[in-house]
Amino acid sequence: MNDNSVNTARRRFLTGVTAGVGAVGAAGAAVPFVASMSPSERARAAGAPVEVDISRLGPGQILKVEWRGKAVFVVNRTPQMLASLAEVEAKVADPESAESLQPDYARNRERSLRPEVMVVVGVCTHLGCAPLEKFQTGPQSGVEPDWRGGFYCPCHGSKFDLAGRVYKGVPAPTNMEVPPYRFVDENRILIGVHHGAEVA
Amino acid sequence: MMARRLLHWIDERFPLSKVWNEHMAQYYAPKNFNLWYFFGSLGLLVLVLQIVTGIFLTMHYKPDSALAFASVEYIMRDVPWGWLMRYMHSTGASLFFVVVYLHMFRALLYGSYRAPRELLWILGMVIFIALMAEAFMGYLLPWGNMSYWGAQVIISLFGAIPWIGEGLAEWIRGDFVVSDATLNRFFAFHVIALPLALCFLVYLHIVALHKVGSNNPDGIEIKENKGADGRPVDGIPFHPYYTVKDIVGALVFLIIFCIIVFFVPDMGGWFLERANFEPANPLQTPPDIVPLWYFTPYYSILRAFTYPFLGVEAKLWGVIFMGLSILAPFFLPWLDRSPVKSMRYRGWMSKWALGAFVVAFVVLGYMGTKNPGNTDLFWFQNVRWAQIGTVFYFAYFVLMPFYSKWDKTRPPPERVR
Repeated sequence: MNDNSVNTARRRFLTGVTAGVGAVGAAGAAVPFVASMSPSERARAAGAPVEVDISRLGPGQILKVEWRGKAVFVVNRTPQMLASLAEVEAKVADPESAESLQPDYARNRERSLRPEVMVVVGVCTHLGCAPLEKFQTGPQSGVEPDWRGGFYCPCHGSKFDLAGRVYKGVPAPTNMEVPPYRFVDENRILIGVHHGAEVA
Repeated sequence: MMARRLLHWIDERFPLSKVWNEHMAQYYAPKNFNLWYFFGSLGLLVLVLQIVTGIFLTMHYKPDSALAFASVEYIMRDVPWGWLMRYMHSTGASLFFVVVYLHMFRALLYGSYRAPRELLWILGMVIFIALMAEAFMGYLLPWGNMSYWGAQVIISLFGAIPWIGEGLAEWIRGDFVVSDATLNRFFAFHVIALPLALCFLVYLHIVALHKVGSNNPDGIEIKENKGADGRPVDGIPFHPYYTVKDIVGALVFLIIFCIIVFFVPDMGGWFLERANFEPANPLQTPPDIVPLWYFTPYYSILRAFTYPFLGVEAKLWGVIFMGLSILAPFFLPWLDRSPVKSMRYRGWMSKWALGAFVVAFVVLGYMGTKNPGNTDLFWFQNVRWAQIGTVFYFAYFVLMPFYSKWDKTRPPPERVR
């Protein structure tokens, strides 16, 4: 063995180890850059509860409020509107809300604490558009001839009933989400805090 | 004499003449290029236009959700010639896709993706995807209502991915909804990260092109027929022949470009959507939310899936197939098993397949601008047409190994015609 011979096996090993350690170092250095794109502390803190006064919300009217940057729909449902829920029972995909997101106290046909007051996140469960309220019934609604009232998403045609339950055969997979909420008193709702939870 | 000595001085220190000769004056391209061969150089021209107008827009634009919309209005009304910069940029964006789609169609027509040009084609497809990202992020910046909801819908696509989806969508937005954080980072990607990537990819695309040489309408290799001087007998030097030809193409393009910029900058809602002339409103989706025309074929495929299947919800199927529709062209070099490259020497099967694919693409694009529940074309609801279009779109790729092999071809000529 002379001094000029090259130990290729050792050279390849050292090259491999150097490249490997370098790759690990580069991956480690990438962590803070990737993590910097996550929601900031300020964005996380912005999710405070919102209080809504429904004393002036007439029967059949809708109120849209912003909570965590999303629209929340509050609807004062009339007896006819509530009656429509039973009529569309066969047309909705998840009538029992088994697959959908809502607090346990809103897992009923009306999907609400009080039957007449509906509170849902106004975001289509398909791709996050804001569904339009289509409370008129029949062909005048512009949705379908035997429409019973509900919500219609203009983006991809998803349909929801007056409890935010999704119709069959539309792209949205689940019912509209019900946010956590509780009644502070007869006419005030606090969105973002669960019913029965302690208020700080 | 001075110029010659200066050039010599430079050549001693930098391979200027060598690069010029290799890529221009002694780069031999087939002599039979036709109209379809304008769109590569036009793509380069639009890239330059977009970068230059973009730099000047950046001087006045504010990437802040409270200021962005007003700063665009400011550019339009108060900045000297600001309206021109903006209309050039918005028109350039749409024409970029016109040029790129025609450039890609040329490749389908003459088999330009076939060996030895597979990498050239793949680099081109990567450019196409980077361009889609660039256009999508740029579209959020005016912070109009369509900007906002377009971003909302597309980012939500990532939310459909099982398990990691929601976290991924939050990471992209930097917030729980599209917000100031999203606008600010899209600005960063739009003005620096993606343009850098695009320029580098275009460089690689040209390097790969000059290694393998251009295809041509006859789909035969001019390098297989060299004269005594070692040059392809059917090749002509890129400069001055094709530089002059491309200048003619550029002038025609610029005439069309100027007509749009000066007389119909919104192109009747196709280049600038009406809903985007009002500021972003998180509580109010525009009545008809549609992306700009160049994304609508893929958007149609997304919306074509309305029923759950195999225990997977309809939404995820839509996302999967939209992704596949963009990835499918990557595999063309290996799906095509025809003995000839050019459509000129292929039989009826390949011709009809390409024709059906183009029709499907246009139908999908049209349906993507319409409400799925309506009936805007004859016979069926729009969503049915989108479903039919989706089937034909994928059939072009999936069936290609069969029809391209069974098809009766004619032998291509020895020399280009």
